[in-house]
Amino acid sequence: MTGAVLAAGGDSSPWHFWQYFLDHRSADLDFLWKHVYLSVLPVVLGLIISLPLGYLARRYRWTYPPIISITGLLYTIPSIALFVIVPPVFGLKSLDPKQVPIALTIYSVALLTRVVADGLGSVSEETLLAATAMGFGRLRRLFGVELPIAAPVIAAGLRVATVSNVSLVAVAGTIGMDNLGRLFDIGKQLSTPDPYYPPIVLGIVLCVLLALTLDAIIVLGSRLITPWRRAVSRLPPNEIAPQKAHHDSAGGPGDKRSDQVAERPGPLARPTLRLVRRHSLSGGQSP
Amino acid sequence: MANHLRYSGIALAIALAIALPLGLAVGHTGRATWLVSAVNAVRSIPGVGLLVLLAVLISPHYYGRTDLGYLIPTEIVLVLIAMPSILANTYAGVDAVDPAVRDAAKGMGMTGVQVLWKVELPNSLPLIFSGFRSATLQVIATATIAAYFPLGGLGRYIYDGYAQRDFPQMVSGGVLVALLAVAVDLLLSVVQRLAVSRGVSGRFSSKTGAAADAATGSIRTKGEVATG
Repeated sequence: MTGAVLAAGGDSSPWHFWQYFLDHRSADLDFLWKHVYLSVLPVVLGLIISLPLGYLARRYRWTYPPIISITGLLYTIPSIALFVIVPPVFGLKSLDPKQVPIALTIYSVALLTRVVADGLGSVSEETLLAATAMGFGRLRRLFGVELPIAAPVIAAGLRVATVSNVSLVAVAGTIGMDNLGRLFDIGKQLSTPDPYYPPIVLGIVLCVLLALTLDAIIVLGSRLITPWRRAVSRLPPNEIAPQKAHHDSAGGPGDKRSDQVAERPGPLARPTLRLVRRHSLSGGQSP
Repeated sequence: MANHLRYSGIALAIALAIALPLGLAVGHTGRATWLVSAVNAVRSIPGVGLLVLLAVLISPHYYGRTDLGYLIPTEIVLVLIAMPSILANTYAGVDAVDPAVRDAAKGMGMTGVQVLWKVELPNSLPLIFSGFRSATLQVIATATIAAYFPLGGLGRYIYDGYAQRDFPQMVSGGVLVALLAVAVDLLLSVVQRLAVSRGVSGRFSSKTGAAADAATGSIRTKGEVATG
């Protein structure tokens, strides 16, 4: 199956992974591209599915426990098990290329539904009332107020989902799915009788780089759609300038200093949320 | 099944023995918090890749004699996978203990060790448990991949089924692994319920219970990464 790539040759030292990459560039780039696609698509689909689910769990309180239990149960299932269970459940042939994105979408939904529900739940009652008093309808309040405020929490969930997806996709490589995980498979096959490291090291390096890149993209994206957080986190609480809404704070008083703000790493949403909440309250006052 | 539990159990015991005291120490002293982020960085390394790398590195030294050549790399990877969740959650749990509570304990004349054992540890148990549970799930998941090499465990059915194109065997292996994971998690949740003081989990009234759930929930999500 790996005939084309078996013609390895060259130095077997672990540090020759870059040479290996150059020697097998088209196959490796194909793996990389498929890995990107398999890591990102499920998170996007998962977010699309879990937004209404999370909203449902928040809007009708009695649906919260069952939704969270079921998604928690799905998240308990090990990845490799889910990969092989998916085809019979969805009526696919075994080893269908669709089984990996489906399984990973299930994971993303399982993780993100809870995150969306908790993120929406973190919006304070006063903020909701203020929005309603300003004449926001339920839908406009959801998209204009609740989701933007929940955005940092949801972004934290997206980071976890994406980074873990990159690892999980590699697992699918061991059952013959084309992605960076196949480099491990190839390395394993080439390592009898003598160890041959380059493809294995290359796979690890590319996976880690991919995870870091996707993580950084989400962090940047979440900072772009929540500019008020930068403005607020630099100012002492009593100096927060009233700003109308989340979309016109560009050029606000705090923005000049925004480049100095180091975002706290990791999904530590709680302390920052408090700032966001405080700001959104003051933001409600201006016309 | 026995093999699967054995691989997982050994790894979890080692990881717990290393990460729990480390997490308690970092949380109690508030020093060396970089350690937590450093161990967390390990998470972005794909478990399979590390497993293959270490197996290729170590197994030739044991070739043809025992399965140690595959067992040792598997256990190393499983320990590495289990440690971040336990360490991060233990640290977060101790760190999140209300300073007022800590001061009160000191004011009562408790020594540092007493504060750690009688106040900080019981108070952070819910978080430690959630870290241990997600570590357990990740270890069970990755122990399945041990069968990618000539080792036992429930993953045998999956990889043998794959090699022989025997898909029913593959699927039933998957179902068994899933059932094992769910059963172990359920068992741990029962243990957690028994071990965590009701005063901490707030299982007196539904109102405080919900608040406690919300508090631990946001950090639980933080603990859950890469199941492979």
